[in-house]
Amino acid sequence: MKYIKQFGIILTISFIGELCNQMIPLPVPASIYGLVILFAGLLLGWVKLDSVKETGKFLIEIMPLMFIPAAVGLLESWGVLQPIFVPVITITLLTTILVMVAAGRVTQFVIRMEGRAGKKASGSGKKGGRARKDPGVEKEGTKEMDGERGGCE
Amino acid sequence: MKVVLTESAFFGVMVSLIAYGIGLQVKKKFKIAVFNPLLVSIVLVMVALSVCHVEYDVYYEGAKYLSYLLTPATVCLAIPLYEQVEMLKGNWKAIVLGICTGVVTSLASVLAFCVLFGLGHEEYATLLPKSITTAIGMGVSEELGGYVTITVAVIIITGVLGNMIAELVCKLFRIEEPIAKGIAIGSSSHAIGTVKAMEMGELEGAMSSLSIAVAGLLTVAGASIFATFL
Repeated sequence: MKYIKQFGIILTISFIGELCNQMIPLPVPASIYGLVILFAGLLLGWVKLDSVKETGKFLIEIMPLMFIPAAVGLLESWGVLQPIFVPVITITLLTTILVMVAAGRVTQFVIRMEGRAGKKASGSGKKGGRARKDPGVEKEGTKEMDGERGGCE
Repeated sequence: MKVVLTESAFFGVMVSLIAYGIGLQVKKKFKIAVFNPLLVSIVLVMVALSVCHVEYDVYYEGAKYLSYLLTPATVCLAIPLYEQVEMLKGNWKAIVLGICTGVVTSLASVLAFCVLFGLGHEEYATLLPKSITTAIGMGVSEELGGYVTITVAVIIITGVLGNMIAELVCKLFRIEEPIAKGIAIGSSSHAIGTVKAMEMGELEGAMSSLSIAVAGLLTVAGASIFATFL
């Protein structure tokens, strides 16, 4: 019974997501509407964590499997991909690394900066107070980022 | 044999599951990034299909049920995010700035490389949405005049690459904060990368899930501006 209810709630939210996707003229897919709806529902207490948790975790755990069919489908689009394969792969690899490093370092830099500020004000150490601090790494982070931004634009 | 396969609803799912299981075992034995369970399973299924002369459509007849679950599974990414909501509230500035940086870096670096390789507007529009989730990326590519099929391929390749290199990149560039790792992975390699973030930890996974949604939506707006540059 528990799993029926949980799966039912998750599918209902997916369905509402689909409805939103069809009714609202924005390029937002059903899954993203659904994610936002479930998150809001949990925050507002309309959906209890216990009434989606186990099934949700199961679906997340088997999520890697769900990408296999689409990826195997690359075989089918090999014809169109082949002529531009080398530049596309090069660009894909390099930009993915760039984005990962830029997003990660900026996030880390701000967390550590706020963590240090929080420590200084010691009383109001609530915001970002839990983050670890390592002042030595921070400076390098900014430098790296500046370099990247300069290079990209 | 072929008739059995064509009529089987379970063949595609079974092959995918077995391949992923083998992928996990291979990963256990050789701890190298190339032996990524997802990559191994994709290659294994491709090889199995071509060796057994099974067409993709026949495989997909069963495997489509796996794809079907993708929407509900993505919806469920709200669950770890909710469980980490305190961390989200406490670090929202870092998170917002990190994701914005990721989106701008993605668009700007695609522009830079397209200029460098001398690619035209169509190829440029095809590549612009490469770091975001497929469903949004397809729409962006179509809207801007890209080749949607190639966009889908590039998005998947980005995801698998991101999944493979995430641990190495975080180590090399000393991205150590779990929140930062999650944001890095989610904004660079969407849901397929998020699978790796989930493996790293709940906080990483939650932040990566958040990045899929936020980076996806920001890219819709950003890409339409960047599309005018080339």
